[in-house]
Amino acid sequence: MIHATAAQMAHALSAGEITSVTLTEQHLDRISQVDDEVHAFLHIDREGALEQAATIDAKRSAGEKLSPLAGVPLALKDVMTQKGIPTTCGSKMLEGWRPPYDSTVVTKLKSAGIVILGKTNMDEFAMGSSTENSAYGPTHNPWDLSRIPGGSGGGSAAALASFQAPLAIGTDTGGSIRQPAAVTGTVGVKPTYGGVSRYGLVAFSSSLDQAGPCARTVLDAALLHEAIAGYDPKDSTSINAPVPQVVAAAKKLDIKGLKIGVVKELSGAGYQQGVREKFEESLEELVKAGAEIVEVSCPNFDYALAAYYLIAPSECSSNLARFDSMRYGIRVGDDGNRGAEEVMNLTREVGFGREVKRRIILGTYALSSGYYDAYYGSAQKVRTLISRDFESAFTKADVLVSPTAPTTAFKIGEKSDDPLAMYLNDIATIPVNMAGIGGMSLPCGLAPEDGLPVGFQIMSPAMKDDLMYQVGGVLEAALLEKWGQPLLASSPSFGAI
Amino acid sequence: MAAISREEVANLARLARIEMTDVELDHLATEMDVILGAVARVQEVAGAEVPPTSHPLPLTNVFRADVVTPSLTPEEALSGAPAKADQRFKVPQILGDAE
Repeated sequence: MIHATAAQMAHALSAGEITSVTLTEQHLDRISQVDDEVHAFLHIDREGALEQAATIDAKRSAGEKLSPLAGVPLALKDVMTQKGIPTTCGSKMLEGWRPPYDSTVVTKLKSAGIVILGKTNMDEFAMGSSTENSAYGPTHNPWDLSRIPGGSGGGSAAALASFQAPLAIGTDTGGSIRQPAAVTGTVGVKPTYGGVSRYGLVAFSSSLDQAGPCARTVLDAALLHEAIAGYDPKDSTSINAPVPQVVAAAKKLDIKGLKIGVVKELSGAGYQQGVREKFEESLEELVKAGAEIVEVSCPNFDYALAAYYLIAPSECSSNLARFDSMRYGIRVGDDGNRGAEEVMNLTREVGFGREVKRRIILGTYALSSGYYDAYYGSAQKVRTLISRDFESAFTKADVLVSPTAPTTAFKIGEKSDDPLAMYLNDIATIPVNMAGIGGMSLPCGLAPEDGLPVGFQIMSPAMKDDLMYQVGGVLEAALLEKWGQPLLASSPSFGAI
Repeated sequence: MAAISREEVANLARLARIEMTDVELDHLATEMDVILGAVARVQEVAGAEVPPTSHPLPLTNVFRADVVTPSLTPEEALSGAPAKADQRFKVPQILGDAE
């Protein structure tokens, strides 16, 4: 039943119509059939997944009370540690590393009985928008194998879109959950910053990084969201407050009287024609469902991309200093004659790819004395202005909306030599990370000019993640009725690839 | 005038402990120039009256109680080390012979 939703799988499991071992085997078979071409996974834990599935089946037979998603398989982005399982972050630097501990997300997945199939491909250390920056080769978009699946979480999104897993974990620093969801016709959610623990998430930009759920439906994302969210004393930036009731919100299917703000600055020039069309059509559906559409202006969003490409590299240059070849990861050139610093230099030359080096150098520059105020300091001020824009917009609307990405999936190799063109992919997703609020992308149709999926973004105020699920649930239901089937049912990846 | 010279990039690479070939330095200097030109526009709106934001949550100094909790064993902590000896990380020489 690989084409079913995670909620349907969970239902079939609890009704005794299928065992978790069978369900897991079906997904492992699917992976063997299609992943040579998609390359969503970097590591498959066949044995561990089947063992975990058997444990859940035994507990169910014994009549134990299980969590809602117990026995359902999941794909884990390779930036999350899982004890004993290779974790590379898409980098040569961590080739062969097996972490000695579980991230909090993995601990929660395991205690919820969710079966972890393996680790998914990503741009190296989550830096990129196409998964082309993986040291282990790119992932291909299941809609068109010559195209990118988005990034950095392209592996997780492609695994969902090619029915290799019904659920996946992503991380979103500037759009790495939402943009891959948009270009693969799947659902991805960046929770409020601090909503999901970062313990065991290999750090890129600590003030922006946030893990979240990836799925094929809004309800599935909500179920996974509740399984992984919550306060964690091991993460000092974790929010000590109740988890928003996102499952109930996804099921509410009512948005009458809700005010939906269209962000003026996140549309128009620079957005592909078909992307704009599908976005406008979705707004009409929301109006039909009883919402009120208002236009809001967030003038400082025009500076968000520039500020992001100073803040994220600055934090990355500091965070990635830990890869010094001394405690974990590879070590190059230690021939007994070279000193530690020389070995460090050689290891970091070999271990890091081009984009990671580019960002480390940029961050080192932005943080150096003499330039700090002009670059990093100014970027932090822009961050304040973006948060103020959001605050003001949220006095006029309950949620804000925009297209998730300016274009549909582009060709592999098309933008890899032009960093600035690549960075533009994140223009609509970055403001959410800067302010630490919630953001969701869900599929809203195929662009007529290329037949590729378009993403619709919903942004909700901090710790009001339930609002984006409420609106997402309504839009998804309306579009499903209009199309007569889920968007992915029309994908070439629905059958054999 | 270029915002950043090749020599400056070489110095940054040295500070960041990344060995780079001449070809890499040339390439990166050109790219950095373009990127810095694009991101410098943050200065247009960053007036003196705007306070900086370092973090989305208004948190300061999150402490935990000073109690011993279970942690990795020495074997686990050393399990990913490129080299180890006597329950320690084994590293290349840090100080020169004369030091």
